[in-house]
Amino acid sequence: MATFKVVEGGFYTTVQDLGRYGFQRYGVPVSGAMDVYALRLANILLGNEQGNAALEMTLIGPKLEFLEDTTIALAGANLAPRLNQHPAPMWRAFRVQRGSLLTFDGPMVGKQTYLALPGGIDVPLQMGSRSTYVRTGLGGYEGRTLQPGDKISAVRRGEKHRSNPATIPNELLPQRLDERPLRVVMGPQSDAFTPEGIAAFFSSSYTVSQQSDRVGHRLEGPPITHSRGADIVSDGIPSGAVQITGDGQPVILMADRGTTGGYTKIATVITVDLPKLAQTLPGNTVTFHAVSVETAHRLLKEQEDAMKRFKDYVDRSARTHGAGLRVLVDNKPYEAQDEDGETAAQTEPLHGDVHTSRRSITATINGNPYTFEVQVQDDGGTPPA
Amino acid sequence: MYAEPRFLPAGDRALAVELGDDITPQTNAAVRDLFVALEGNPIEGVVDLVPSYRSVLVNYDPLVLDFAQLHEKLTALLASVSAGEPATPRCVQIPVLYGGHAGPDLDHVAQHNNLTADEVVAIHSAPQYLVYMLGFSPGFPYLGGMDERIETPRLDTPRTIIPAGSVGIAEKQTGVYPTATPGGWQIIGLTPLNFFDPYADPPSLLEPGDLIRFVPINQAEFDAIVQEVEQGAYKTRTEAPE
Repeated sequence: MATFKVVEGGFYTTVQDLGRYGFQRYGVPVSGAMDVYALRLANILLGNEQGNAALEMTLIGPKLEFLEDTTIALAGANLAPRLNQHPAPMWRAFRVQRGSLLTFDGPMVGKQTYLALPGGIDVPLQMGSRSTYVRTGLGGYEGRTLQPGDKISAVRRGEKHRSNPATIPNELLPQRLDERPLRVVMGPQSDAFTPEGIAAFFSSSYTVSQQSDRVGHRLEGPPITHSRGADIVSDGIPSGAVQITGDGQPVILMADRGTTGGYTKIATVITVDLPKLAQTLPGNTVTFHAVSVETAHRLLKEQEDAMKRFKDYVDRSARTHGAGLRVLVDNKPYEAQDEDGETAAQTEPLHGDVHTSRRSITATINGNPYTFEVQVQDDGGTPPA
Repeated sequence: MYAEPRFLPAGDRALAVELGDDITPQTNAAVRDLFVALEGNPIEGVVDLVPSYRSVLVNYDPLVLDFAQLHEKLTALLASVSAGEPATPRCVQIPVLYGGHAGPDLDHVAQHNNLTADEVVAIHSAPQYLVYMLGFSPGFPYLGGMDERIETPRLDTPRTIIPAGSVGIAEKQTGVYPTATPGGWQIIGLTPLNFFDPYADPPSLLEPGDLIRFVPINQAEFDAIVQEVEQGAYKTRTEAPE
């Protein structure tokens, strides 16, 4: 028995985690999620370790048939998910019943989305990672993209779902790329370009080409001219390296990049902006803005702090069994339990942004008519301020 | 090789220690010495190392240490490296079945250079080649030091598939394909050794900075080694570096 069966594989669906480190010296690419941020948030929503393996889905999502009851979370691009034809939520854990069909209509916003399962996806660890590197058949599910008939299991099976699924707060939701430039740190070969080349890089907008995949995103725009040729003695390539080939066009190297290469690298996209790049579609445009390494580190720490606050909230609410839901009849709160015996409605007052709906219900009991004032309060999964 | 190393930011999670901008055994030996020192004296927060011809790309976790702290620790380590003895590389013997089905282009390489096939084999298997770095694909060694008497251009039409272990020549370079791939190299032989095995520890037969020498073998020896490799009984053979 597995957690779900693949009915259709989608455009490019693989198992990814945070990547395979320690083997670049042997020419083994890091791989891992293109949008590491979304992968981590999907895991946090389920109370997983942030680096647990999840499904990475690209543009056209798969069609999955669930073979057992479980809880899942989707984070990343909005590929218009549907559970049994009804719209399914993004950025929130939700219950899935055995026999359910999860489908995707197609990209509304972005390119990559992540499906997390309780405890992660149960595939073997290979060289310290569960990430798939398709070209060499490493890791993941048999080292390849998912195909119809594949069966995937969660690490934690049959566990009771959280009765209070938290929603990602707005401050943590990814910002759209077009709102601001991609920030880069100059180097390692920024001295290999003419002043005109550097000026073109920072003043022009570049269009994401069709030839973009997990190895890198190729951009098209005004050429960035070299001062002494595009070739260098091959060296190591960092994640987000903006490589300028002989024709002056940028290629930004990403998860499945080769470990070494022989083209000049004008700059490197900073860690907090890589997910935004990963979510760009062919035809989208990007611009660049230089920041210092120190600024990049400060931005990363701010993001980590915000994520940690959210994770603490999720973990705390899971520990306290806070239902996030409160039912009052004639202003008296009642406790309620779900089918698993978990608290579904709590008697203690809710915190945060509480939405209250009220209804008046008339019922006949033992021949006598009674009227109740019923209130349902929902905190919407809002974390504490 | 530079007089002083350069410390180049490579984004917010990597720092390149550049020791030169040339492809020479001297610069590469300095890369290897730094790499070995970093392996032997791990810096907390360093998550991966990418040694190449002339630099070591140090991948680090900025939540553990920042650029200035890493720069400082690397400077101290480099000072101790230059004061110490250089690491002695090992020379790994690579058995190769030359010619025939194993090396369909051996005769062409011979004709192109006005040599006999035996002369090509003798020239190719004479030197110890330096593994400057591994890259391009898992386990692929960038080798230096091929004799120019056996230089041969690539095939006009690349083959759609070249078996794993194929030993080839392309212009001034020689190399071994660790995994089956399409390719345009002139294939002169086949090694029974597995250059990349994801289930092995380490997964790569070769380490950056190793030396290798190709050792001609016959079909019977080839078959025997294949069996040993399959049973996990093959012991890597080394010789003294020259």
